[in-house]
Amino acid sequence: MNRFQANIHGWLLLLPAAVLLVAFTHFPAVATLWQSFFSTGKPNRPAVFVGLENYRTLIEDDVFWQSLWNNVWYAVGTIPVSIALALVMALAVNRGLRGRAFLRMAYFTPTVLPMIAVANIWLFFFTPQYGLLEQATGLFGLPSHNWLGSPSTALVCVIAVAVWKEAGFFMIFYLAALQQIPPVYAEAAAVEGAGRWYYFRRIVFPLLMPTTLFVLVNAVINSFRLVDHIFVMTRGGPDNASSLVLFYLYEVGFKFWDTAYAAALTMVLLAALASIAIAQFALLEKRTHYR
Amino acid sequence: MSAIALEGVTKDWGATRAVDAVSFDVEEGTLAVLLGPSGCGKSTTLRLVAGLEAVSSGRVFIGGADVTAEPPGKRNVSMVFQSYALFPHLSVAENILFGLKVRKVPAEERDRRLARVAELLGLTALVARKPSQLSGGQQQRVALGRAIIAETPVCLMDEPLSNLDAKLRHDMRREIRALQQKLGITMLYVTHDQVEAMSMADRVVLLRDGRIEQNAAPAELYARPATAFAASFIGTPPMNIIPLADAPGGAVIAGTGGPALAAARGATLLAGVRPEALRLATDAGVAALVEESEYLGADTMLVCRAGDARLVARLPGRVTIAPGAPVRLAWQPQDLHFFDAGTRLRRDDVAAVPLPC
Repeated sequence: MNRFQANIHGWLLLLPAAVLLVAFTHFPAVATLWQSFFSTGKPNRPAVFVGLENYRTLIEDDVFWQSLWNNVWYAVGTIPVSIALALVMALAVNRGLRGRAFLRMAYFTPTVLPMIAVANIWLFFFTPQYGLLEQATGLFGLPSHNWLGSPSTALVCVIAVAVWKEAGFFMIFYLAALQQIPPVYAEAAAVEGAGRWYYFRRIVFPLLMPTTLFVLVNAVINSFRLVDHIFVMTRGGPDNASSLVLFYLYEVGFKFWDTAYAAALTMVLLAALASIAIAQFALLEKRTHYR
Repeated sequence: MSAIALEGVTKDWGATRAVDAVSFDVEEGTLAVLLGPSGCGKSTTLRLVAGLEAVSSGRVFIGGADVTAEPPGKRNVSMVFQSYALFPHLSVAENILFGLKVRKVPAEERDRRLARVAELLGLTALVARKPSQLSGGQQQRVALGRAIIAETPVCLMDEPLSNLDAKLRHDMRREIRALQQKLGITMLYVTHDQVEAMSMADRVVLLRDGRIEQNAAPAELYARPATAFAASFIGTPPMNIIPLADAPGGAVIAGTGGPALAAARGATLLAGVRPEALRLATDAGVAALVEESEYLGADTMLVCRAGDARLVARLPGRVTIAPGAPVRLAWQPQDLHFFDAGTRLRRDDVAAVPLPC
């Protein structure tokens, strides 16, 4: 009896957290999976079970494939550049130099700004004729170019904004990790005759591996998750040239109201992200030294 | 030719002077200790020799070459840090080989030297481990290994034993000294522990407030301290420093009526006498009152007061005297040292007067 009471006690304590978790995480996930096997219900035609029909549509959907490829290029364009930039910025402000606090703040500012505001600022940079970029290229007599309006450059512009936004955020993690490295390592390496690059390559970079892994997982997730600026800058256009998977998912679900198809898209996105994260940890975990 | 030489080396941190015109030589193949209380500039001096800090003025020579402007890697020195500074993600072998890889020593040569150093330090079974899997003493050996594998003629050590427990410290002290003599390296060794200095050094450079107080062999530092500070820094417990006063018969302990310790003016003098030179006398000597006694096994520390002076006597065996009891303390005239009360420098011109018996 006492044992039973103790169990009840424990479950009651867990209940609030469990309710929230089930209501807002597990139930929606399972419901989405469930819905992806049905057709989209209409007022005059209720949803019927269609099996893998939605997934078959997805395979034949050119816009989905273009969004996915765009997303791959978007990830390839943003992740290495933003991480490398973050590391360089962190190394730069980790030294004792004048105005260090100001520089750190300046690097971090893009992270603090809401993505919508960031997108609006960049919208001005890319504006044809009187935008900042146009004015700069005009000074050198280069021909005018509609950066966001042409399929060849729209995705690159969107990538540039994401890099600008993310690098400062990742820098904070690198900066924190760099400050955990005792300065005496640099001194020991210097006495042994190691140059700065050698010291960075053999000591600093390996010691930053846990941070790099963390940042990498975040960057990958963000490259599929962070699409706010697409809404403001291109709306996926022109001709789906800057459409990313999550943006396409939004359009399918909330503009075309094809919720069942959107559910199938969601499942594919989830599966892709989960497998990437697992692969990253499996590959890099072994090479990472945790203190 | 001396392996290390400093000429008027000065280091300023803003307005504070950490090292003030320090000059000394270290002979090749010897072990010199930089000794002093914390904040005396000994670690800074070592870092100036290593090139980890730039001198404000003065010159540093290593192996006869002026290295004042050279970076640490070009000074041909190795160094052991207080915290060992082992790279946590590298194995013992990789830590030891770090410098050789930097200098692109061929692989067979590296392996040969690693095997020898690991053998020498008893690390052979541990080469694959990470530093976090080692005990403090083993980490210390790895740091030593990284220093000696470079086969540089000069090795710098920054309080290498301060993180070890007393027993291990004692063993490592002997081991480092044996290694230094076996390999014939020149060692500059920083410590605040006078026992380490006395037991290991060929020469002790005693520093205080960035200046050299005395640069001498351990025996001389003990037998003929150059300043009152040197006298009170060396020895366990340190030398008793006694303020003197003028009296008709000569200099007496301040606050007492006699007997005279020296035929000189007392007010400008300090007398020094080692606790182990004091003994109890029945009729002669200086009258004193026991304040406390501390029994340490092999001997007893008797803390006494004579006038203004507090005298610690180190007496063999167990001595049971109650606090407040009157005693008489005596010593041999040659055990008495004199220092100037103003400059605190040794005064060899003052001769001790034998105590009346």
